[in-house]
Amino acid sequence: MSGDRIKDPEKERRKIKSVVKMKEIMTKYYIDAKTAGQSGKKVAWITSGGPVEPLIAFDVIPVYPENHGAMIGASKMGIDLCEKAEAMGYARDLCSYARTDIASSTVNGGPIGGLPKPDFLVCCNNICGTVMKWYEVQARYYNVPLFIFDTPFIHTELSDEAKDYVKKQMSEYIEFLEQQCGVKTDWDRMREVGRLSIQGQKLWQEVLDTTTHSPAPMTAFDAFFHLALIVTLRGTQTAVDYYVQLRDEMKERISQGIGMVPDEKYRLIWDNLPVWYRTKWLSDKFASHGACLVADTYTSAWSGVLHLIDENNFLESMAIAYSSIYINISIDSMFDILKNMIVKYKADGLVMHSNRSCKPYSLGQYDLQKMVLKELNVPTLIIEADMVDERNFSESQIETRIDAFMEIIKHRK
Amino acid sequence: MILQMKVNEIATDPNTYARKWKETTSRPVIGYFCSYTPEEIIHAANALPMRIFGAGDGFIKTDSHLQAYSCSLVRGGLEEALTGRLDFLDGTVFPHTCDSIQRLSDIWRLNAGIPLHLDIVLPVKLNTDSAREYMLKVIRKFKIDLETGLGTPITMHSLSESIELYNRIRNTFMEIYNLRSKYAGIVDGRRILEMIKCSMTMDRNDFLEILTTFRDELINRAANFKQEKRKRILLAGGICNHPDFYTVIEKSGGSVVYDDLCTGSRLYTGNIDSSGDPVESIARRYMERVVCPAKHSGITSRGKNLVEMAKEHKVDGVIFLFLKFCDPQSFDYPYLKEHMDREGIPSMLMEVEERLPSEGQLTTRFETFIGML
Repeated sequence: MSGDRIKDPEKERRKIKSVVKMKEIMTKYYIDAKTAGQSGKKVAWITSGGPVEPLIAFDVIPVYPENHGAMIGASKMGIDLCEKAEAMGYARDLCSYARTDIASSTVNGGPIGGLPKPDFLVCCNNICGTVMKWYEVQARYYNVPLFIFDTPFIHTELSDEAKDYVKKQMSEYIEFLEQQCGVKTDWDRMREVGRLSIQGQKLWQEVLDTTTHSPAPMTAFDAFFHLALIVTLRGTQTAVDYYVQLRDEMKERISQGIGMVPDEKYRLIWDNLPVWYRTKWLSDKFASHGACLVADTYTSAWSGVLHLIDENNFLESMAIAYSSIYINISIDSMFDILKNMIVKYKADGLVMHSNRSCKPYSLGQYDLQKMVLKELNVPTLIIEADMVDERNFSESQIETRIDAFMEIIKHRK
Repeated sequence: MILQMKVNEIATDPNTYARKWKETTSRPVIGYFCSYTPEEIIHAANALPMRIFGAGDGFIKTDSHLQAYSCSLVRGGLEEALTGRLDFLDGTVFPHTCDSIQRLSDIWRLNAGIPLHLDIVLPVKLNTDSAREYMLKVIRKFKIDLETGLGTPITMHSLSESIELYNRIRNTFMEIYNLRSKYAGIVDGRRILEMIKCSMTMDRNDFLEILTTFRDELINRAANFKQEKRKRILLAGGICNHPDFYTVIEKSGGSVVYDDLCTGSRLYTGNIDSSGDPVESIARRYMERVVCPAKHSGITSRGKNLVEMAKEHKVDGVIFLFLKFCDPQSFDYPYLKEHMDREGIPSMLMEVEERLPSEGQLTTRFETFIGML
């Protein structure tokens, strides 16, 4: 058959081979989660920044509504579900992950026909206050217990009082799990999960670090995709093995001089969540200018607090670490991290997604933009959009702004 | 009275009052945003606590710091600070509220140029022992931070006196609220709103005098009050800063008989125990008070509470009044509405941006709603 197109060998060479493995793992993960009833395993829904390790140690299947939201966005099924939520009375201004998830529960919508029903919910508000309201909605809908892990925001410091509070909650969390699962904690298993979690985070950071090389072997758009395991399967051998494979593939690409963007000329940093329904379009658009998004503030959030985790005091140190993640800190502390990134990855510019769905991530970006220009003399482009709700994406406007921004970058270099 | 200014003038222009108060007394003024601010402690530090409501409209300086999808309270508050209209403030207090106020605190600290900046990083869940313990420690820390920041020690005696004063204000407000509920239409809603605004601006001793006189007037009026036929409305939401709301509701044949607002009953229900450790008592009130939707005290507590309120005050309908872009309120709306539906109590939703809809539009919406009750 003449249907077999001849593949562009250059393009083939640039494709990340581990993608196949990743898809396999995620498919198996969702099948396991959706058939948990048959295997007698419990299912917990948990927020993306939540302490998942104890769930793994209790053999509970963690399910991530936010990851589901991303899948809905990437499959371009967001508008329909957002509108459904709006018909249920949820304002259009609310987070699109929350809206699509709440709507999806009632119709088993989205690319995988909805998430498996939770036995209980675990909500950590280190990423936003929105998750608490969202999980309250789901706790009422499914009529299941809700554990809230309350991580005080760090404006200037995580006070001693706050440290005590989160450590106590870690114990309460373990008690809650013992109750829900009807078993005592297996501390050996917990230590093992802790070890694997730390190892996974280190490996993930190593993967991200490979893009300090120019040309970068992958882009932030690839990181958005490969992130799924450090979010969903943190603390498992599966995640560790996968990231070893991915890191080695990246190193191999570096040694062979394979960059993701052909003829990489400019290096940019991405801020905020991806625009899930337009990652390819954005990636191609920047690549057409020879620009590579080499790193981002989002995917590094899952390894950014490694220095605070102590393997020998895993649970307590993890409580502190989870409270200290990128989005639970003040704008000036975020700037310190952003500054290091810009220097480390030798970035020529910053692209900020002003994401209507995510106020804690987006409010403050205008101030960050000014700080980055003042202290580092690096220009910033702000794109107004939304991570899942395509109605908030204006292609022509964004295209014009990217073109204009790239002109500035080209003139400066 | 420290200053002779009319109540309606203070309510419309709190900044001028606070500025003059400071000139007259040479004492500090502390701005704050949320009803979880322990005003009693600020008062005990010899300072004037003043709630910031924000400029009504015309955001110019704010737009280079905040996206248009932040609520008008956050944008308006920042506009006031950046244009220098709050330059008389000695400090600002930010209790942890919602995602937007949380970031506003950062932006404020970096740009507003107000000397003292205090965050009170309150617990978000209020129904566990560890949260209770943390709440107490946080309030204690706030007291120490304020003492250090203002250079004024707060004695237990002055704190107890402050609590007594605030309890009297709360009690008097509740008496007024009860009169309003018993005799629907006895007082214009805009006058209650004026009192509420003054209560967050004026010298609190002076305010108590004015409030007491106001209450006595109402008691006298109640003696000969002829009940008109009015639909009894419960107003539920966040802040209400628009006197026109009340006027239009009244013109449309309704009368607000009770509210669940953070510029209303949430502010004034529940006294602070004046025996025992004052800081502990303040913390306890926050744990027990009806919660704001940005706090957690169980998954159905707000719904149950609203139903109780509606029944107790025999309301004919509920008007939900939210600021546009207020996430916590918007998330609760479908479930609160469902609770109302289940009880057969009609409700409507009114989302407000920085500018109110025209009076004509407001009238049409309220008349339609109240007409069908």
